[in-house]
Amino acid sequence: MTLVEIKQVILDILERITPDEDLSQLKDEVPFREQMELDSMDFLDIVMELRKQYRIQIPEADYHNLGTMNGTVSYLFPMMQGLKKAHA
Amino acid sequence: MQAQIPDHKRIVITGIGLTSPNGNNLAEFRANLLAGRSGVVPFQTRYMGDVLAGVCNFDELRYQKRKEVRRGTRAGSVSIYCAREAIQDSGLDWSQVPKDRVGVYLGITEHGNVETENEIFEISKFNYDTKVWSHHHNPRTVANNPAGEVTLNMGITGPHYTLGAACAAGNAGFIQGMQMLWLDEVDLAIAGGVSESIHTFGIFASFNSQGALASHPDPTKASRPFDTQRNGIVVAEGGGICVLERLSSAKARGARIHGEIVGHAINTDATDFVLPHADRQSQCMQLALKRAHLSADDIDIVSSHATATTQGDIEECNAIRQVFGNRPSLAVNNTKSFIGHAMGAAGALELLGNLPAFQDGIAHATINLDEQDPACVLTQIVANQPRQMDRVRYILNNSFGMLGINSVVIIKKYEDA
Repeated sequence: MTLVEIKQVILDILERITPDEDLSQLKDEVPFREQMELDSMDFLDIVMELRKQYRIQIPEADYHNLGTMNGTVSYLFPMMQGLKKAHA
Repeated sequence: MQAQIPDHKRIVITGIGLTSPNGNNLAEFRANLLAGRSGVVPFQTRYMGDVLAGVCNFDELRYQKRKEVRRGTRAGSVSIYCAREAIQDSGLDWSQVPKDRVGVYLGITEHGNVETENEIFEISKFNYDTKVWSHHHNPRTVANNPAGEVTLNMGITGPHYTLGAACAAGNAGFIQGMQMLWLDEVDLAIAGGVSESIHTFGIFASFNSQGALASHPDPTKASRPFDTQRNGIVVAEGGGICVLERLSSAKARGARIHGEIVGHAINTDATDFVLPHADRQSQCMQLALKRAHLSADDIDIVSSHATATTQGDIEECNAIRQVFGNRPSLAVNNTKSFIGHAMGAAGALELLGNLPAFQDGIAHATINLDEQDPACVLTQIVANQPRQMDRVRYILNNSFGMLGINSVVIIKKYEDA
């Protein structure tokens, strides 16, 4: 997967777990929580969806890397670049 | 006798919110009960396939965001819808209600089966890897979930909990709310019963294994209490929630009063896991009458619990006969014949659908009663067509459940005195 495809994976997950949010204006460099209602349980949903769809295990110590879209995509790229996008 | 009780000890119903398989508010529900319209439909359940069920079609998004619906449970959505509708019906200015003086007391037959089954099904797709078990499972399955979701949605900071009372739970919710008002724990009780049970295959499978799951080529004829052709229960979902408050506060704000809770009782058979016991049921009714300072002759409508199981219906008929004899002016009706068995919501819905009788004087019918089982000894069952009554001042609502729990609530037509 490319960086763009990984970003789309995250957007798809966000769309599912925060269905009331307008994601079209999401800024990649701004923390998710400053732009949308996203609490700790939602955050765990992101981790869970990546685990289910791509068998990616993200250690709790690394959760801080998932604060923004840019941080998330950069963190996931080494793990996902060899994967194909799943049909969620 | 009732007039001697001070107003702050008299508990009245000032708001009603409900969703039933044949109506999403009291007016719709009542109209369909009077018209004989069933809410039982074909339904697909996991592993079993085609079954029959009472399915609600209320708008979850009327009072919840999509994210709330996704995060919560079906029972939570049912509860929020009914609680919001009840508050709206009460005429209260919700923004001015002190939220720490509101309590939420909801009866449930069971809770958590739906989410547990869903999660087991989900991890089965991952070779039962428990690492994909949802972190939402615990908050969704804690027993207080339906009541807790109401508090989150409405900003209520007073007490909240559910009452596990099998299929007697709807009455139990009302009784708990009334008692908490008596104890001055709260000034407003959001009380009743809810059910999400059609979304767990286990309840269908268990009734089926027990030989107590209804089947019929015509879904609308499947739930047939007291009838010779009855063959079991139609499982239903739903919710019935009331705003309860003291008569003193209801009068002070000029509230419309749907009825007054004047009698209640809960007792236990202590005889069997599933089989009911007529003697204990009749004792429960007698205790409620005694507490209401009424005699059996005062009751106009008995809203029966009968679920269309062979023995259950016979036992309740015997119990009602013990208490009321053959008095022809009594009407006995049954709501499950229309909507199936709404489990934790059953007692609540069955009571609420009868309350408009205080205004229109009509006892709704028991439908699908083509040939009354001779073993169901009652002569007062309102068969298939509603009955215009000479008077309706008191309604007695039966609601019984597994493990031998019996509950009775008596409601009086409110007459300013």
